Amino acid sequence: MKTIGKSSKKLKALLGACLVGVLCMTGCGAAAGAGSSGNDAGNGTGTGAGGSNTTVNTELSGSIQLVGSTSMEKLSNALAESFMDKYPDVEVTAEFVGSGAGIEAVTTGTADIGNSSRNLKDTEKAAGAVENVVAIDGIAVCTHKDNTVTNLTVQQLKDIYTGKVTNWSELGGKDAPIIVVGREAGSGTRGAFEELLKIENECAYANELDTTGAVMAKVGSTPGAIGYVSLDVIDDSVLALSLEGVEPTAENIKAGSYCLSRPFIMATKGEITAQNELVQAWFAYVMSDEGQEVAKKVGLIPVK
Amino acid sequence: MVERTAQMIFTVCASFAILAVASITLYMMISGTPAIFKVGLKDILFETAWEPTGAEPKYGILYVILTSVVGTFLAILIGVPIGLMTAVFLAEISGKYTAAIVKPAVELLAGIPSVIYGLLGIYLLNPLMYRLELVLFRDSKTHQFTGGSNLLSAVLVLAIMILPTVINISQTAIESVRKDIRAASLALGASKVQTIFRAVLPAAKSGIVTAVVLGVGRAVGEAMAVTLVSGSSVNLPLPFNSVRFLTTAIVSEMGYSQGTHRQMLFTIGLVLFVFIMLINVVLNRILKGGGEEK
Repeated sequence: MKTIGKSSKKLKALLGACLVGVLCMTGCGAAAGAGSSGNDAGNGTGTGAGGSNTTVNTELSGSIQLVGSTSMEKLSNALAESFMDKYPDVEVTAEFVGSGAGIEAVTTGTADIGNSSRNLKDTEKAAGAVENVVAIDGIAVCTHKDNTVTNLTVQQLKDIYTGKVTNWSELGGKDAPIIVVGREAGSGTRGAFEELLKIENECAYANELDTTGAVMAKVGSTPGAIGYVSLDVIDDSVLALSLEGVEPTAENIKAGSYCLSRPFIMATKGEITAQNELVQAWFAYVMSDEGQEVAKKVGLIPVK
Repeated sequence: MVERTAQMIFTVCASFAILAVASITLYMMISGTPAIFKVGLKDILFETAWEPTGAEPKYGILYVILTSVVGTFLAILIGVPIGLMTAVFLAEISGKYTAAIVKPAVELLAGIPSVIYGLLGIYLLNPLMYRLELVLFRDSKTHQFTGGSNLLSAVLVLAIMILPTVINISQTAIESVRKDIRAASLALGASKVQTIFRAVLPAAKSGIVTAVVLGVGRAVGEAMAVTLVSGSSVNLPLPFNSVRFLTTAIVSEMGYSQGTHRQMLFTIGLVLFVFIMLINVVLNRILKGGGEEK
């Protein structure tokens, strides 16, 4: 009887701890949710992970405005959430209106940071925008393991996805039809893939799947299939293709030799050191191990 | 006092259903109509191009609607005869022992979650379909190979999924046919098979129609299994084309859609809603109408 009494006490204590924990987390979540507009359900994961090892800093207060690329929505929201966990008195708001509009907003001074998912143009740099690369988005093209073609040129890849090339034999492989697998409209990976190849809305998909996992499963199980996924999910179940002779690795992407990648830039007007302390704290966080870990979690390649 | 409380509880419970239907209807109307005004009903229902993220977005869902119509129709065409025959077998023909095997199997079939059907479809049906596709379209220059994710796969999965519904409800209907109808038919010299088709089934018509209607409802509304096996590209619903159903159109793009695109998904939901309502009303009218007037 004694032991039972003890364990039930323990149980109660444990339950209590859990309850407190849950309350804390929902509290954080609500605060973060209020700041970032157009939040998707997927971002919740960032909060939970960041919440446990956060040292709260209340010295800074104020707000930081991010405006720009829709492709950077996931990254911005995840970073904003974990940043606000760390600095509860700072409010980070993020708007997603497109890279060009974001940089314009920062050069005209209506936003602190302009998100851009492409390199800045010379005219934009002339207007005072400074390029701060915070992460790199890489996309790997993969096929079924039995495929004998291991390298494609960009033109060949374009021809496959626009339906001009339909058989692997046309590319020096076996006589087998190419099954073109892609993501659904609205997916960031699809947006980046089509944008980088300049084949927006020209693609002839045989399969439009709604998750990265589904693409990997389909490509892995169907001879002749080709698909694209974020670089970080590539594993042994598929064959990752080289493009223009360059293998899709984080090193090659950082070196700039692999073409299916793009920088995620948080542009500022003038150097970071010339910004107010809030923005400086933001960049210190983003470029820290913690911040880069957040980037990794949303499927990006850290720059450090 | 007890009587009254019980009555009140029953009334409250009953009104929950009505409340749910009313609020769902209202919600679908409210969230589904804005896109109609923005895009135009004609451009939604009678255009075939679905390019929601283009520079000039296009929201035509004609192929999607056709896919749902054709897919459901084919699934019913395959599933209802099989289901009805099974029900006849269970109710009229089978002995105790065979029924003891078939009946639990059917019940088990009803309990399998739809995602399992989808997974089986991916790993068993799709590879088979792909082989068939490779043989059939060997010399075709225009066919786009889908790796087995096509309308036919979806139809087969749906046909199996509606079986338990059709079997259970029609079996109950057949069993509740009065004994004297059978006896009269047999006394007139009709064989057992003649009795079943000429006397029992017509008498059970109303229940069988309910079975079909519920089967159609299940087939039209199924998303999970279908999204795994159908390929999900917007195409004309031909057997070996990768196709997108009304349900999968909503499911597959809900994740990242925004603005008009997202509103449009609600509009598709509204179309689906209206579609199911229409099917219910029409099928009940046409199929049951004759029987009830007599």
